[in-house]
Amino acid sequence: MFCVNLAFCQDSISGKIVFKEGEETIPAEGASIYWLGTNQGTISDSLGDFELRESSNSKKLIISYIGFKNDTLIISSFKKFVHFIERSEQNNLDEVSVYERRKSSKLSFTNTQNTIFVDANELLKAACCNLSESFETNPAIDVNFSDALTGTKQINMLGLKSPYILISEENIPMIRGASQAYGLTFTPGTWVESIQISKGSGSVVNGFESIVGQINTELRKPFTDNPLYLNLYGSKNGRMELNTHLNKIISDKWSSGLYIHVNKRNQRIDNNLDGFLDLPLSDQINLLNRFQYTDSEKGWLLFFNWRFLNDQKQTGQVSFNPDIDKNSSMVWGSEIKTNRWDTAFKVGYVFPESPYQSFGLQTAYSIHDQNAYYGIRNYNILHESLYVNVLYSSIFNNTNNKFRTGLNITTDNYTENVDNEDIFRSDKNIGAFIEWNHNELDNLSWTAGLRIDNHNNMGTFLTPRIHFRYEYKNNTVIRFSSGSGRKAGNVFAENQSIFGTNRRIIINPDNGPFYGLLPEIAWNHGISYSRNFNIFNKNANIVVDYFKTNFVNQVIVDYEQEGRIMFYNLDGKSSANSFQITFDISPLPQLEIKTAYKNDKVKIDYLSGYKQKQLVPEHRYFINLSWNSLVNNKNQQWKYDFTMHYVGKQRLVANSNIPNGGYSQSYFIANSQFTRVFSDKFEVYIGFENLGDFRQKDLIIDWTYPFTSNFDTSQVWGPVFGRMLYSGIRYKI
Amino acid sequence: MKTKILIFIFLIPMGMSAQRLSKKEITKFQVLGNCEMCKMRIEKAALSVKGVKYAKWDIPSNQLTLIYNLNKSNLIDIHNSIAAIGHDTDMKLAPSEVYNELPICCLYIRKK
Repeated sequence: MFCVNLAFCQDSISGKIVFKEGEETIPAEGASIYWLGTNQGTISDSLGDFELRESSNSKKLIISYIGFKNDTLIISSFKKFVHFIERSEQNNLDEVSVYERRKSSKLSFTNTQNTIFVDANELLKAACCNLSESFETNPAIDVNFSDALTGTKQINMLGLKSPYILISEENIPMIRGASQAYGLTFTPGTWVESIQISKGSGSVVNGFESIVGQINTELRKPFTDNPLYLNLYGSKNGRMELNTHLNKIISDKWSSGLYIHVNKRNQRIDNNLDGFLDLPLSDQINLLNRFQYTDSEKGWLLFFNWRFLNDQKQTGQVSFNPDIDKNSSMVWGSEIKTNRWDTAFKVGYVFPESPYQSFGLQTAYSIHDQNAYYGIRNYNILHESLYVNVLYSSIFNNTNNKFRTGLNITTDNYTENVDNEDIFRSDKNIGAFIEWNHNELDNLSWTAGLRIDNHNNMGTFLTPRIHFRYEYKNNTVIRFSSGSGRKAGNVFAENQSIFGTNRRIIINPDNGPFYGLLPEIAWNHGISYSRNFNIFNKNANIVVDYFKTNFVNQVIVDYEQEGRIMFYNLDGKSSANSFQITFDISPLPQLEIKTAYKNDKVKIDYLSGYKQKQLVPEHRYFINLSWNSLVNNKNQQWKYDFTMHYVGKQRLVANSNIPNGGYSQSYFIANSQFTRVFSDKFEVYIGFENLGDFRQKDLIIDWTYPFTSNFDTSQVWGPVFGRMLYSGIRYKI
Repeated sequence: MKTKILIFIFLIPMGMSAQRLSKKEITKFQVLGNCEMCKMRIEKAALSVKGVKYAKWDIPSNQLTLIYNLNKSNLIDIHNSIAAIGHDTDMKLAPSEVYNELPICCLYIRKK
């Protein structure tokens, strides 16, 4: 062992308490160790390690652990020792309730990439209800409000909006093109089994589109999910939800699942008295049917999914009646109707004789059809998309050197109608990739990936990405990543909130293939430091990371001039620098505290000068407390969760309320939730969103005159809705 | 030309690995150890022997599954390599002085 402080080491003893479970040696966490006849003692940590000062009164050390025999050791030397304890026979193990707490969201220690794994338990902590809200208890992702009309939440990573994140579902790119604005609200939270969030330039396997990171969701699998799951939810803001999962194991190889989600809001609420609905009237039906075939002996895995979604939203002035007032210039209203079909087919084959060798095929086809009008403006989009990915993985020499290689083909057809003008575009891409992962098992690993693509609108180009990880002393990891990414700027689909304004839309064309604009290209570089340690014998973890995204070209969305919104190619500099520090600690075995500070400097050369991007706060703080009671012998438990965000001031563009521009207020927003688990089948939860009841004043600019040029619903920097009570039940067999 | 490059990049690794798949042997034997740290040590020692393609050590059963190339490596070399870092196998015992220097969590109970 290392002794940094020699004086301290000399008069203290250290050791490790372990026990045997079959052939395995398990550390005894929370064993108490004390000097006989004194009150000087300590408790072992999660690795069974302890350190205790020498006692002048006693040389006899007592080790005691529930369910195990007490041991007395006579200490004669200060050499570090390992002590095996034995189970006591009087205690019947079945009656002892064993408490195990697994973190529901954590940064992977062993992964080469900077990846945060979020499991289904973490998703239960969020108030509601779909993917866009499931990041509220996670500091890596910021959840913002996209506009004052639709109640949609929009996510940011490293200071940049979701179009710069590759969001995939079971590794098939999902939230792209037409689904960019509302797509996250189309995946119900209960369908999600786990989420992986990778910061920085990701893997080359799923395409070149990720710029700041990748988010992959894994859905529930019919083979492992409960046969029946039922979730009902209701909130004071009038939203009701129903989630049902039905899973059936048909044979030892086939299983099938049907997942049904319905939500509805039919109450008209206008608490801020601006004459506009605070939240839209909405109706959604969402069906997913999946089939799974697993033959682990022969190495085959197969999935087939189909999915249908119908989503309808109505928003605008409270008295708006679409049957009478549609397209009128008397009452302002909006309807957004979406139909979407998805099918996916995936096959995986692992060679039974060589488990390091596998072959995969992923295919997906979707049609996204949205019809929308906003006052007298309209925006329709039909997006048809086909994705095929063929993947082969194997090793060079031995499993220290793995590689994945393959081909993808993507076709996207967009038919848009913007303020009654038709626009059609077709994107076709074929790409080949190879990714090499080198892992020396103990401290060094790296992944290097390269892809070459040929795109009908972007030409032929290379996308390199590397990740590097170094671990020392088993508790510290340093990571470095670098890589490029590019994407087409779908200016209307990605910025649908522009239609909730009467600003004139102006595109400054530059001979580019996308609405006259060039593809967006950026480099991302990141470095991160992660360390696990003990303070006062409590497990703690600190992560510091810094990411820099530099745009070579970007489509700038410019609200700087009143009465117009402009899109143009970057001329000059645009970069996003994101610094984050997180500190997590478990002060008690049942309590976990996560804290974070984040600094985002997102600066762009606008036509009007070099400025922080509007509506991006530079400072954010985050704290999350999560407490679970012990599970008793009837499997009953209490859970409590509290999250608070501090959002710093945000730059605002000039408008008729603030003619010279300026900054928003900084504010706190807090959420909390109680869950009572009545048995392993049934639980009830109740919670509050926005406990402090903070709301943005002057939410809609010029709401009194919705048909004049200054009307704008897109300048949202704070909560639209005040304190909100919600409750729900979960039942499963 | 573009398509040729694509095919080239895609096919090289396939061809390379196909050649090396010849004369593969799969075997399983016991290696003593306790924990994740042991797992990493044992797998690393096995993979350091030339011709070993794959090594997975299972904590509860203490079984090591190996895939190696019969032409390139000898099974006894693999046992020796693992024993040399302190883990007893069913063919080879680790030297006591190496065992004594094992990381604290890896101090398994010796059978012999």
